[in-house]
This record gives sequence, C-alpha cells and structure tokens, in this order.
Amino acid sequence: MAKMSLEDLRKLRENTQQQIKKRDMEGKQIQIIVGMGTCGIAAGAKVTLDAFVKELDAKGMGGDAIIRQTGCMGLCQNEPTVEIVMKDMPSIIYGRVDAKVAKEIVEKHILKRELLNEQILDRPAGDILKK
Amino acid sequence: MHFTLCDMLSDLTQNAVEAGSTVIRVSLRETDRDLSVTIEDNGKGMTPDELKRATDPFYSDGKKHPGRRVGLGIPFLIQTAESTGGTWKISSSKGETEAEGGKRRGTVVEARFDLTNIDTPPVGDVTGYFRHVLTFDGRYEMIISRSLEKKSHTVEYTVRRSELLETLGLESEGTFTDVNSLALLGQYLESMEE
Repeated sequence: MAKMSLEDLRKLRENTQQQIKKRDMEGKQIQIIVGMGTCGIAAGAKVTLDAFVKELDAKGMGGDAIIRQTGCMGLCQNEPTVEIVMKDMPSIIYGRVDAKVAKEIVEKHILKRELLNEQILDRPAGDILKK
Repeated sequence: MHFTLCDMLSDLTQNAVEAGSTVIRVSLRETDRDLSVTIEDNGKGMTPDELKRATDPFYSDGKKHPGRRVGLGIPFLIQTAESTGGTWKISSSKGETEAEGGKRRGTVVEARFDLTNIDTPPVGDVTGYFRHVLTFDGRYEMIISRSLEKKSHTVEYTVRRSELLETLGLESEGTFTDVNSLALLGQYLESMEE
C-alpha cells in the first residue's frame, strides 16, 4: 500500500458515504462502548476495538454504528469490557471481549438480536457508579 | 508494566486529553536503537506537589473514579523506563487559564527507551496508538510527528487531528466515532508507515 494523501482519504470517505446514504436508515445507530482505561488496554482492548471496526466495516455496516471509548468500569478482572446500546435491545455490558467474541457480538447481538449469555456482566462496579 | 510501549503511551496521552488541553503535541522518534517520545499538552497542569503524588501508584485524585485508590499511568512509565535502561522526565506548570500559567501552562512528558535492552517491551502497534489518541471524544487539536529511521526503512510524517476531521467531513461533529471513519483513519495511518 502506498502512502495515501489527504485527498485520497477524502475520496474514499465520499464514496463510502454515498453507498451508506443509498441504504435504508431505519434502526441505525448502534453504539459500541469499549472500556479503554489502563486495565482495558492492558487486557487487549485496542485489539477488541480494531476487531469491531474491521468486522462492521467488512459487513458494510460502518455507517450504522459508532464506537466510543470509555474509561475503567471497575470490572478490571473481566476486561476488555464492551457495552452495546441499540434500539429494541437492553443495554448489555459484555466481559472478556477478545477479537473472537467481538465478531460473535456483531453476528449474534447486533445482527440476530441474540444475547451472548456467557459473556454478560451485571453492571459497573459499585465504586464506579456515581452516588 | 504494559505489554507494549504503545499501550503505555496511549495511557499517558489520554491523561493529556483529560487535562482539558486544547492542543496536544506528540512526537515519536524511532531508530534501530531507541524510541524517544514527547507528549506536550496545554491542559490544567500540576503543581510540584501534585506531580510528586502522581508518581505514586497508590495515589489518584479521585475525580475520575470516586473511591478509586490507584493511578497507574505515570507509575508504569517510571517502572518501565527505570527497569530497562530508559529515561523519563515530566515537567508541569499549573494555571486555571492559559493567561495565568503563561505560555508554559500544561505538562510535558518526555521519555527515551533503549530498544536494544532485552527487558524493554516491544514498541507495539504505532498506528493503533495514534488512532486511539486521535479519536477521544471532545474538541482538541492533536499534532503527531512520527519518524522512523531504521537501516531497512525510513518514514517521516505529521498528522493533525483538525485536518483529518475536515477531510472526513466531521468538523462539525468534532469526533471520529462512526465505524467507517475509524476504519478509514486506520487505513490512512497504516499507509503513512509505508
């Protein structure tokens, strides 16, 4: 791959946005919130984030989802942690989300609306929730 | 310590963003022998006393996580540098506004790692690190200067957050959260390493 110029980047973006606009926008806006505190990074949260980006991009869903980074949710022993917020589904925090689990979350939770029961965590730790 | 140097740098650069900086400059210079990094922000800064406490792993100001008793970002830097023949330096100047602190308000973190030392962690994913720190929520300018001078390969480039946002049509949103923009940003940064 040769070095891209900003102009190359702009053209790529415009092309993909045109494709996205052609599609039906119903049910858009899937939020994926990745814990990227010290503990998350140490446990491989960057690999997890990258896996979500690649998987959603490969499925042509890059315009339907947003990825946010957050800090530690107090569940350091279960990092990387990821919260999925989307329409008509409960907000779920998943733990131990490596690249393989990230792919499963896209395929099951996001596309088929099925929960990954083995990975679900209850809620952020008590000392993290605002009193 | 962190598994890679870039993981540690992610953590330290995140501190700069969270300090309320409007401009952050990151410089990453790598050769076959060493990796030198400077992270310079114009955020709220620290007093000498606060800076001293920030080097203690069992200290946190408790603002980010009330009740939390540890803060590991800077301690990890010190531990990694000191146990692998590297060097580190942090200087900081406090001020509520830029005017009060003068031109020097903010924090500068400098470090050098000896890549020939067997105990130094691998450099890790440089473009992943850049993408991570360019894509935090919030409005801030980040200027990243990267140079790589190896026998086999030479790279030199600068990226500016504002230019990337503008190029991707996101200047009004001010963030890169949609997956398509993250994918393209990753692709762009990877191409710059060629």
